[in-house]
This record gives sequence, structure tokens and C-alpha cells, in this order.
Amino acid sequence: MRTVFKTSYDADINLFRHGAQLGWYVLLLSVALALPLFLSSFGIGEMTNLLIWAIACMGLMILVGQTGQASLGHAAFLAIGCYANVLLQTKLGLPFILAFPLAGLIAGVAGALIAMPMTKLHGIYLAIGTLAIAILIDDFIVIAAPLTNGVMGLFAPDIAIFGYSFNRYGNPVGLYYLILAITLLVVLMYRNLQRSPLGRSFAAIRDSEISAQAMGVNVARTKAVAFGISAGVTGLGGALIGHFAGIFNNETFNVIISIQLLLAIVIGGLGTIHGAFFGAAVVALLPQGIAMGRDLVNKVLGGGSVAIPGLEAALFGAILIAFILFEPRGIYGRWFKIRTYFELFPFYRKDMFRRQKAYLKTERMR
Amino acid sequence: MSLLEIDNVTLRFGGVVAVNKVSFSVEEGEVFALVGPNGAGKSTIFNLISRIYNPAEGDIRFEGRTILDKAPHEIARLGIARTFQNIELFEQATVLQNLLVGRHRHRHSRMWNELLFTPFVRREERSHREAIEKVIDFLDLQAYRDKYIAGLPYGVRKVVEMGRALAIEPKLLLLDEPASGLSVEETQDVAFWVEDIKKQMGVTVLMVEHDMHLVSAVSDRVLALADGKMLSLGTPHEVQNDPKVIEAYIGTSDGREEAA
Repeated sequence: MRTVFKTSYDADINLFRHGAQLGWYVLLLSVALALPLFLSSFGIGEMTNLLIWAIACMGLMILVGQTGQASLGHAAFLAIGCYANVLLQTKLGLPFILAFPLAGLIAGVAGALIAMPMTKLHGIYLAIGTLAIAILIDDFIVIAAPLTNGVMGLFAPDIAIFGYSFNRYGNPVGLYYLILAITLLVVLMYRNLQRSPLGRSFAAIRDSEISAQAMGVNVARTKAVAFGISAGVTGLGGALIGHFAGIFNNETFNVIISIQLLLAIVIGGLGTIHGAFFGAAVVALLPQGIAMGRDLVNKVLGGGSVAIPGLEAALFGAILIAFILFEPRGIYGRWFKIRTYFELFPFYRKDMFRRQKAYLKTERMR
Repeated sequence: MSLLEIDNVTLRFGGVVAVNKVSFSVEEGEVFALVGPNGAGKSTIFNLISRIYNPAEGDIRFEGRTILDKAPHEIARLGIARTFQNIELFEQATVLQNLLVGRHRHRHSRMWNELLFTPFVRREERSHREAIEKVIDFLDLQAYRDKYIAGLPYGVRKVVEMGRALAIEPKLLLLDEPASGLSVEETQDVAFWVEDIKKQMGVTVLMVEHDMHLVSAVSDRVLALADGKMLSLGTPHEVQNDPKVIEAYIGTSDGREEAA
């Protein structure tokens, strides 16, 4: 086990706790950079999809994992980011490099505005309120057909930065690197949030609103800010989904996507950046995994194609139930335990991570 | 001018009068204790000062100015810190992070430079961290810096909550039952700390406490309450020997049952 000998306050402020940790992340980044050497363009496409989902998951994670506010409406912000990005490019002729951050900003402002009447809601009521937003946006896209082309959908133009074009089919590796860079920027921003006063006030609201307030945190405003940042990052993810899919309509961002996003971060591990990536991996790769498993079964059994409708949803549900029952802290939580086991070997104890019994805590102020 | 003036304050919940025309003032540099049986309205007075409740009548003044026009989150900025009877810490965070939330009042950075983590934010963080370290030294929390609250024993949580309130660098510290659930030794520690908070830090303390040993050891003045009404105000010795207080706690000899 590593003991970090801290010699300055910066040890608690820096991005990495110690040199070895930095080393591991550099290694991970080099693997990510080297992936196009090993994977086919199909594989690179899958990895790109994973990264886009990771951005969207990080967006929701800021709200659910960091601030403790449930949201079943994040598909709405995916949609706002996606439509804003494409419309800014096609209708106003803005280049991607301007339209993309602006789309994030628009989704963020929309999120903060929508949050304002919602900040008084808690738990299940907040979930229902945000669910309503997702349904509303779905309908709004259909109603605003002159702008959004309704159910017919819109085409996303190729991403062009200073004359260099990024396309899923023409230039998959370029697109992968571009999205990897955006992902890194979002991760950096997320880390900065976690280690600064704003991130701590998010966590304070998550754990105890009443004492956050007593510490001088403006609860309503901070929740709106959390919604805004979360919606903004999710909007960036939505913009990339649009470019990746090429064509999209209201169905691309239906309520099921909201729920998938929420399930992803729960399965990945709430409250951690790692969790957003693990969850994104499950959501992005599960359909392919099922397809491959089906092919394998077909090969072994030698029968025709076995197509079971709803298999994906059923498997997803089963995985979720398994995690909630056996590992509420998600994939990251399990990974953390395994790592601790090896770090402390042979001193790991079985109930090391058992939660302490919570002491009497009333909800008297709600 | 007193630091805190509670002026004829009344609070009703429906037909129940939780606080009934209570008036007292806390002078700068003293330790003032509120005592009384359960339901006497002690914690309610704390919640009135924290602006969680609005008084039906009366005024609450801090440094001569009314606080009734302030929102709850603005109270910390005035320099009033508090702890909670049932411990309201941020469970899924470390002791350091909990204490750092106490520094929120002293935050000068904004969302944009925090997201970019500019050198200014880093300088701010260092100064917060240094302020926290003083609190950690004062309360002997060195062993727990990076521990998560969820895994800490009750006594330590109690101390962390006091530390978080001190991190605000308040002028007035409200302690809601700082010794409840603590062992005799831990209660003695609390007594020393309250003394030091008053003498070294120059912080005025208003506390609610049931442990009469602690109250008489540390407080300069005591106010006894029962059923939302003021019973007796004076030195610990005077209040403890006031017949009305004895009656409220133990009951009189004429056979009427009173809650002890």
C-alpha cells in the first residue's frame, strides 16, 4: 500500500495524488492514442461512440452523482445541444468550432432556466418533473417543424475545423482523436470542479441541504448552477451524437435515452468520473456485445438467426438489478474494492467497505 | 450594544406556541447557555437565528441590525456559525472536504475561474487549506483528515461538526448540544474547547446543552426555558437554584406530575 507523504497543501490540490497515479493515467492516455493502430475502423467507431456517451454520462454525473439531484430528463439537453449545434451551423453558417461550444452554452442556460422552478423539488418529485421536460422536448421538436424539420429529422453536416474534415466513415480516426480531445477537456473541467469550492458546495447539497445552507451555500442558486453545468456538458454530448449519427429526429432523443443515461451512471458508479466511463462502456458496447453473443450462439447451435425482441432492454434491466442488489457503488466501486484488496494484501477485511450505521437523522426541514 | 439580541420573539406552530415572548441578549465574548427540558424551545430558538423559521412576533438583531430580512444562507456571511443536534455532516466526503465547505463564506473565486482552475483559485485553495489546518490542530483532528465521515465514530463526527463551524471564522458560534452522546472524557474535551474558543479565538458562544456539569463549568450566563417561556436568567449557580427551574425539571412536592 502506498503512503503519500504530503509536504505541501498542493498535494491535496493537485490533479494527481502522486507520481505513480499520473503515470497510470499517462499510460491509459497512450493506449487511447494508440488504439487506431490496433482496431478496425468499425472498432474505432465503437470507441468514438463510447467516448461520446462518456461525455453525456459525465454531464448527468455532475447533477446526480455530485449534487444528488435526480434527473430523468437529460435526453432533453442532449436534444437541445444537438439541434442547437446543427442549426447554428446550417442556418447561421457558424463553423463547428464556434457552434459546438455555443450549443453547450445554450443547453446549459436552458438547463439552468428549467432548474429554477425545480430546485424546490426532491427525490421522486424531481424525477417526475424532469421526466416531463424530456417528454415536452420530444413534442416540441415535432411542433417546431419549420426549424427542426419535425419527425423527418435533420442531417448533421461533416465537422470541419479550419478546412480539415472529420467524418465517421471518411475519416474515423480523425473523428476519434477529435472526440478524445473533447473528452479530455471535459474530464479536466470535471476534476477542476471537484477540487474547487463550487464542487464542494455541490457535494454539500447532496449530503445535507440544511447544513450546506448554514455554511452559507445558496442552495437554490447552486442547484440551478449544477443543472446548468450538467445540461451544458450533456448538450456537448448531444451535439456529438448528432454528428456521429449523421441524421437525427425527435426519436433519437426519446425518454428511453434519458433512462439509459441514468442507468449507465448508476451501473458505472455514482459520484466518480470513472463511473461515467464504465457506465458509458456498458451502454455503448452492450448492443454490440449482444449481437456478437447471438452470432456465437448461432454458430454453436447451427440454427438460423435467433432474434429475441427486447433482449437488449431485458439484459440492461437485469444488469441494473444485479448492481443495485450486489454492488450499489457500481463498477467503479467493485474495481475500487479489488484494487484495495491487492494494495492491502493480505490484510483486506471482508466488511471493510460496509457502511456504518447511519445515526438518527430526521428530515424535519423538508 | 449586545452581539445578539432576541427581542420579544414568539413563534407558533398552529396552536402550539413553541417560543413565547422570549427576550435575551448575548454579549460579546461570553458563553451563554440555554437549558430546559425537552420541547422547551431551545433548538427552535437556534432555528430562528438560522432563519429556518420566521418569528410571528419580535425581532432578532445581530450587531445591532435585524437579521429578519436575510435569507438562511446569508446568516453564515454575517459571522454566525452553528452545529446541529443530530449531526448534519456531509457523509460522503472526507473530513477535509467537510471543513473546507465551512470556508464557503470566504470564497472569492467564481464558477468560470474554478472550472479552469486558474492560479488565483489555487492561491485561494491554499489559503483555505491553511485556515483549515489551524482548526485541525485546535481540535486534534490530524488523524482523520482524509477519512470519510460515513466511517467515523460518533464522538469524532461531533468534533468535526464543531470544526466545520469554526472554519467559518464566526463571531458567534451556536452549539446545539455539543456534548450529547459523548463520554465523560469527550465532554471534558468539549469543555476545554469551548473555553479556548472563547478565550483564544474571541468567539462568542451560544449553546444548548443538557449536561449541567458542562453548562456550569463553561458558561457565563444561563437562560432556563420551559414550554417556550423564559423561566430564569442568570449565572449557572443562580439558575440551578431557582425554585421555578427546579419545579420545571423535577416537579413540585404537591403531587403534580411533571416531566423530568
